[in-house]
Amino acid sequence: MMIKRKITIGVTGLNNIDSPGPGIPVIRALRESDLFDVRIIGLSYDTLEPGLYMHDLVDKSYQIPIPSSGTEILLERLVFIHKIEKLDVIIPNFDAELHSFIKLSNILNQAYNIATFLPSQEQFESRHKSVLFEFGETNEVKVPFAKMIFSTAEIYNIEEELTYPLVVKGKYYDASIAATPEQAVSYFHKISAKWGLPIILQEFITGNEVNVTAIGDGKGNCIGAIPMRKLYITDKGKAWAGIALEDEELVQIARTVISNSKWRGGCELEFIKTKEGDYYLLEMNPRFPAWVYLAVGCGQNHPEALVRMALGETVIPYTKYDVGKMFVRYSYDQIVPLSEFEKIATTGEL
Amino acid sequence: MHINKNIAISETGFVFNPLSGDSFSTNQVGQAILRILQLGISQGEIVSQLVDEFSVDRQTVEKDLTDFLLMLRNYQILMDDDKA
Repeated sequence: MMIKRKITIGVTGLNNIDSPGPGIPVIRALRESDLFDVRIIGLSYDTLEPGLYMHDLVDKSYQIPIPSSGTEILLERLVFIHKIEKLDVIIPNFDAELHSFIKLSNILNQAYNIATFLPSQEQFESRHKSVLFEFGETNEVKVPFAKMIFSTAEIYNIEEELTYPLVVKGKYYDASIAATPEQAVSYFHKISAKWGLPIILQEFITGNEVNVTAIGDGKGNCIGAIPMRKLYITDKGKAWAGIALEDEELVQIARTVISNSKWRGGCELEFIKTKEGDYYLLEMNPRFPAWVYLAVGCGQNHPEALVRMALGETVIPYTKYDVGKMFVRYSYDQIVPLSEFEKIATTGEL
Repeated sequence: MHINKNIAISETGFVFNPLSGDSFSTNQVGQAILRILQLGISQGEIVSQLVDEFSVDRQTVEKDLTDFLLMLRNYQILMDDDKA
């Protein structure tokens, strides 16, 4: 029997709620690794993140400062945690914190020997919603035509470039389909009030949504890719059930995107497949999705591969996976002693 | 016409399209039709086999089979021979 390497990994995204973070699925994947015997250090932002209380999955947890606190305060906290826990790897799982972790990755590695495996700042910026159309052109993948606008006056001048219906999108979240310029103006105000400017007007493409969880080695190799179709969607648009598809064309598109962009780390690619069979990339999330555990179920342990690459190992790309495997989420009430809540709330540790 | 090569059909009549992720359940008659379709038999011959197997009049079988085949095409389970 192979002896597993002992390793300590810090993981964020313990919010296993109705709009789940990827932390718990990532931890489950790592716990099932054939190579690593993991000690998991949960890194949380909120005292009610369910993962804090999952002691069979998370060995010890620490609160960390929210991203808006700045990287210096985050580094200070991570160094404090590292002195106690001797972290080998950190896997950040939130979009909003990635900027800070990317910025800190060199110092974490060089000064503290804590490994990460993240995209570069340029890669991270290149797939932002506001520049996704350009990302598509650069990386040879179809992306619905989109235009950034800063005022409602621009809505009346786009009719040569876009036809109705079109999609009005916020820079980070929210999207509504507008059938007329008047509706577009209304959505512009609603979304910009919430998320600020710019607003993105995007070509409306109809079809079936299909997603891919993938991982790149940063050198142009796609280490793994699993396509999935959502079978049950929550009112927040999150997949509550999904199925792994046999779709070589989609996997090949994912490989092309990863290869051309030399993507480093995990990611989720969200596509629309039209009736004609064309795939349009709608979004590229710069971290594993919350359904990444399906990849493990299909025979590709992407979080394990990420840890290996973070530690400097070369990983041979996965070439196959099981089709037809499904995931079906459930909600579960944990009974938590008040003392545990008190401990994380007052000391920031559990 | 032929059943799409990727389609998985179980003995219980459960049909799975791995390309779209769609799955369907068929009754005994549906299972029989799928079984016959897998043999590459023509529509006319399918009607004859169903008339014999289920003791139903030819006109009813023809009408129901046409509806069922249309549904199979819509769900991309059945393909015409000029398509892959």
